[in-house]
Amino acid sequence: MSEQKLQSQTVQTTGHAWDGDLQEYNNPLPAWWVYTFYATVIFSIVYWTIYPSWPFGKGWIGGVSDITYVNSEGETKTHSWNTRALLLEDLNQAASAQKPYFDKVSAMTYEQIAKDPEMNGFILSSGKALFADNCAPCHQAGGQGVVGFFPNLTDDDWLYGGSFDTIHETLMGGRRGYMPTFGEVLSGEQIDQLANYVASLSGTNHDAGKAAAGNVLFHSETAACYYCHSSDAKGRKDIGAPNLTDNIWLWADVPAAEGAEGKIAAIRGVISSGLNRGVMPAWAGRLSPEQIKVLTVYVHELGGGQ
Amino acid sequence: MNINFKHEWIETNIGLMAVLTMLAISVGGLVEIAPLFFIDKTIEKVEGVRPYTPLEQRGRDIYIREGCYTCHSQMIRPFRDEKLRYGHYSLAAESQYDHPFQWGSKRTGPDLARVGGKYSNEWHVQHLVAPRSMVPESVMPNYPWLLSTPLDISDTASRMKALRTVGVPYSLSQAEYDANVTKFGVTVAKQLHIPDAKKNLGEQANFGNYDGDRSGISEMDALVAYLQVLGTMVDFSKYSDDAFVDNR
Repeated sequence: MSEQKLQSQTVQTTGHAWDGDLQEYNNPLPAWWVYTFYATVIFSIVYWTIYPSWPFGKGWIGGVSDITYVNSEGETKTHSWNTRALLLEDLNQAASAQKPYFDKVSAMTYEQIAKDPEMNGFILSSGKALFADNCAPCHQAGGQGVVGFFPNLTDDDWLYGGSFDTIHETLMGGRRGYMPTFGEVLSGEQIDQLANYVASLSGTNHDAGKAAAGNVLFHSETAACYYCHSSDAKGRKDIGAPNLTDNIWLWADVPAAEGAEGKIAAIRGVISSGLNRGVMPAWAGRLSPEQIKVLTVYVHELGGGQ
Repeated sequence: MNINFKHEWIETNIGLMAVLTMLAISVGGLVEIAPLFFIDKTIEKVEGVRPYTPLEQRGRDIYIREGCYTCHSQMIRPFRDEKLRYGHYSLAAESQYDHPFQWGSKRTGPDLARVGGKYSNEWHVQHLVAPRSMVPESVMPNYPWLLSTPLDISDTASRMKALRTVGVPYSLSQAEYDANVTKFGVTVAKQLHIPDAKKNLGEQANFGNYDGDRSGISEMDALVAYLQVLGTMVDFSKYSDDAFVDNR
């Protein structure tokens, strides 16, 4: 009795002594902790039976919980719970909520969509999200582009055409801008004359004498600019050759260049080094046909649709 | 506590304590990792995944050197929002030749697992040199030296040999090359042949002209070549959208 009383009052030690008298306490764990631990053990067993858990042979135990989804082939399938099946179920739910709208997008012509106020609302909201994810890194959030790199989509100037069909074609297959390097075939003087002529086309400050010589060169077989930019210098949309007469600049940053000579120098730079850039990626493999149709209408409505 | 057991046995026997400590700390790893080597569905069976070409591999080295992984993940998780923003979820098969993998767990910038083909080379060059000229709200640092630093290609073969040691099927012998032809086709097998590494690297850089300057091979050439191949090896249009559900 007296020994029991002693034990309940003093804490047990681990039983060994170091250096003669150095001992370690051996406190028991509190009851709440021990029972919480047992509860977690029971919880894990319940969890194992519901969700995929233990490896078994060359596979694993799938658990009793399952997920039903419809795959892209239209088959309804039931699979034991996993995140990939869960994603398909999520996508099915989202797709069924958006389906009435996307069905309408597929069924309607571009013109019908653009005129229908309800569909316009859908295009504006879904198109904005699509544009922000995929197009804004180059064409910027408002579609204003970056002079020297990526075209402005909000103005009336279109390299490849601003109709629904050409915008759709651009989105599907992408584009690649190309202009030969004239620095290798023309003299510095000739390039200067051409630059003055190009400046004169849009009313930019220029030397009239040089521009007149440039005019001749532009339409000659020596420089042959008119092949692509056409004889009236209004460009050719079938090959993406820009209109030089509209004072809208993509490659030569004329508006930002300092002084009359700086503006001519900016044009000279493009003529002499040419262009092998202006690459727009193809989106056909990355976005669905409905998404591309939404974006086509969205881009068309950014400002300059034709 | 069992009367027969004494802490003293372990605490006075350093060898026993070392063995028991090792056992205790390796249980978690053994239970979670070891089964993956026996489960036959760990890596999806999928066509198109190949090791990186010498140029892409050097680009990957620069990606790691510059610490891109500290802000960019390469792991699209199977969630609806990630699918909408980044594309199909990442497969284990797609990083099977990555040593070390670049999955990451921190996204200050966007996930890059499928950035390949999404933007033009020119965009990447301009964006790496001056990110805010392309994306005004970006907080990414400028990396202007990539464009001006020539790529060090002297150790390309050694780097490929090192990866070969850890299991990437770069070929040294004719037999290994032939095996790669069977597995990946001639075009890819040629790129994986270590003796031709420098030649292949030069040709790809010149043909791709990733940095817009053919006068030399810059670090930018390599990095953009790497970024442009990310996530593009598997053609998901060939597979049903539930083709990989059984793998998890």
